[in-house]
Amino acid sequence: MSHVLEVRNVAKRFGGVTAVDDVSFCVDEGEILGIIGPNGSGKSTLFNCVLGQLRPTSGEVLVDGRSVTGMRPCDLNRLGVSRTFQLLQVFPQLSVRDNLILAAQEHQGTMLSRLFGRPDAGLTADAEQMISFFGMSHLAGEMAGGLSYGQQKLLDAAMAFMAGPRLVLLDEPAGGVNLTMLGHLKERLKTLNSERKATFVVIEHNMEFVMSLCTRVLVLAEGKILAEGKPAEVRSNPKVIEAYLGH
Amino acid sequence: MKTLLKYAQVALVVLAIAALLAAPLVLKPYGIFVLSQWAVMAIAAVGLNLTLGYAGQISLAQASFVGIGAYTVALLQPFGVPFALAFVAAGLLSFAIGWVLGYPALRVQHHYLAFVTLAFTTLVFLVMRNEEWLTGGIYGISNIKRPIILGWSTVKPVPFYYFALGMLALVTAIVWWLLRSPWGRAFTALRENPIRALSLGIDTRRYTLFAFAFGSALGGLSGAMHAPLVQFIEPTSFGLSLSLTLLLMVIVGGSGYFLGPFVGALVAVIMPEWLRFADGLYLIAYALLVLLLMTFCPSGILGLFGRLANLIETRAASARRQSLSAKLDQKPVSS
Ligand SMILES: Nc1ncnc2c1ncn2[C@@H]1O[C@H](COP(=O)(O)OP(=O)(O)O)[C@@H](O)[C@H]1O
Ligand SMILES: [Mg+2]
Repeated sequence: MSHVLEVRNVAKRFGGVTAVDDVSFCVDEGEILGIIGPNGSGKSTLFNCVLGQLRPTSGEVLVDGRSVTGMRPCDLNRLGVSRTFQLLQVFPQLSVRDNLILAAQEHQGTMLSRLFGRPDAGLTADAEQMISFFGMSHLAGEMAGGLSYGQQKLLDAAMAFMAGPRLVLLDEPAGGVNLTMLGHLKERLKTLNSERKATFVVIEHNMEFVMSLCTRVLVLAEGKILAEGKPAEVRSNPKVIEAYLGH
Repeated sequence: MKTLLKYAQVALVVLAIAALLAAPLVLKPYGIFVLSQWAVMAIAAVGLNLTLGYAGQISLAQASFVGIGAYTVALLQPFGVPFALAFVAAGLLSFAIGWVLGYPALRVQHHYLAFVTLAFTTLVFLVMRNEEWLTGGIYGISNIKRPIILGWSTVKPVPFYYFALGMLALVTAIVWWLLRSPWGRAFTALRENPIRALSLGIDTRRYTLFAFAFGSALGGLSGAMHAPLVQFIEPTSFGLSLSLTLLLMVIVGGSGYFLGPFVGALVAVIMPEWLRFADGLYLIAYALLVLLLMTFCPSGILGLFGRLANLIETRAASARRQSLSAKLDQKPVSS
């Protein structure tokens, strides 16, 4: 059986800077892979290369064994791959409910059928379910721009799950989120992982979060994979301690 | 509170529609002509609001589409093409050209896009002026007849006024439908954050092209009404100055607000007429008014109402909180 995600020798150079340097790894169904590494080690750039926001300088990306290198993010999303960005990205002028409907509407029918179909593309029930799953029922009608930072961060993650993706890439989902919210988010991710068989790749600085959530961890330093393994192994790896945990 | 404001808004709209319908009872033919002009220009402004206000794509080319629509109707008339057909042709032609004009928007944005669309306005103007064999050059086309629709003659000012109102209503209904469909949500997403939208499966390229095509089509329909309204067209009517006026309508009314272009068109078409009492100073007074409005309320007239509504809403919410916390304070502390 092929891997859900396979990254083969991906490199990305910006002028003289090599942000991602010959990275290869695989993710299998049901895994939660953590990616850690110091700031500027190329984690976000790697995500952008995998998801088509950037075109890798070289290398190949495969989803379910099919090459998706250079595919547009919208087409990739409709194949069941979704993401969040490091910086918060919700649509402030839309309500929480509309943000969630938006996140799945392009998966329903065609452009023409959406033009003549229902305004909510038949997604209100799904959106409400996701809203209550993330404990935001009291906020459903609020403009996303009016929520607290932590709530927007949860909404951002919820949007990535709306279309029932097979693979979700989360870029620092815990950044700037308080402890209660963080526990909440972790529980939700675990549930989605076990109940919906969603596969995750999570970039995160919060060690506690990574260690308790991820099944496997990949350490990136200066664009290269420094170490890979079970959370506990990685934590005690001297190279990793020196490069990352040491300071 | 929110629902109250909503009702107030609906009541205002109903009142405005009633006033528009009753206007011929009180206005002289010139007044009716000005109101017809408002209805026709509002169609183009609604289109530009779709492209700019909702989808976030700046265009200084809207006047060109008004011109394309007007010339389409004027040029088809001598061949005995029925107005309805010419009207549809004007819309379709503008849709197609607008689609093509959308391609630069896939590469450049903001002021760069403004300049690309500005160049397009100039190009269309030059074609209208220089291709005399087709357009009559600087002399334009005169004697454009007003149509007879299913036996109903729109030749006189009042029937044409109602005809223009009807067309505006039709266009408004279509745009309302479009904006409340998932497309409206996708347009807003395109305006607010195209990169995030793309990652959520929204084909931003197609929506950008459609935003241009639909907006331009409405420009064309506006032109198709403009030609029989003024009955004489010439290239300078469709130059940069009209594009800027249309942009002004959208911005002054409130870009991205559904009712914005109607209010904006009212300001841009009617205000100069009202200010005529100031004689030679009326254009200066008008310019000053726009200056003041844009300085103190950059989100437009409807933006001003939105801010007002928010203020009332916040006041009400904090009052609720206060009375609630007052109640909590009264409770005996048990711990
Ligand atoms: N668009 C870009 N243009 C130029 N350099 C970039 C760009 N994006 C990222 N970089 C560089 O690539 C390196 C990796 O950045 P990034 O992937 O954001 O790291 P991380 O997410 O691990 O903190 C950094 O040196 C950064 O300056
Ligand atoms: Mg990063």
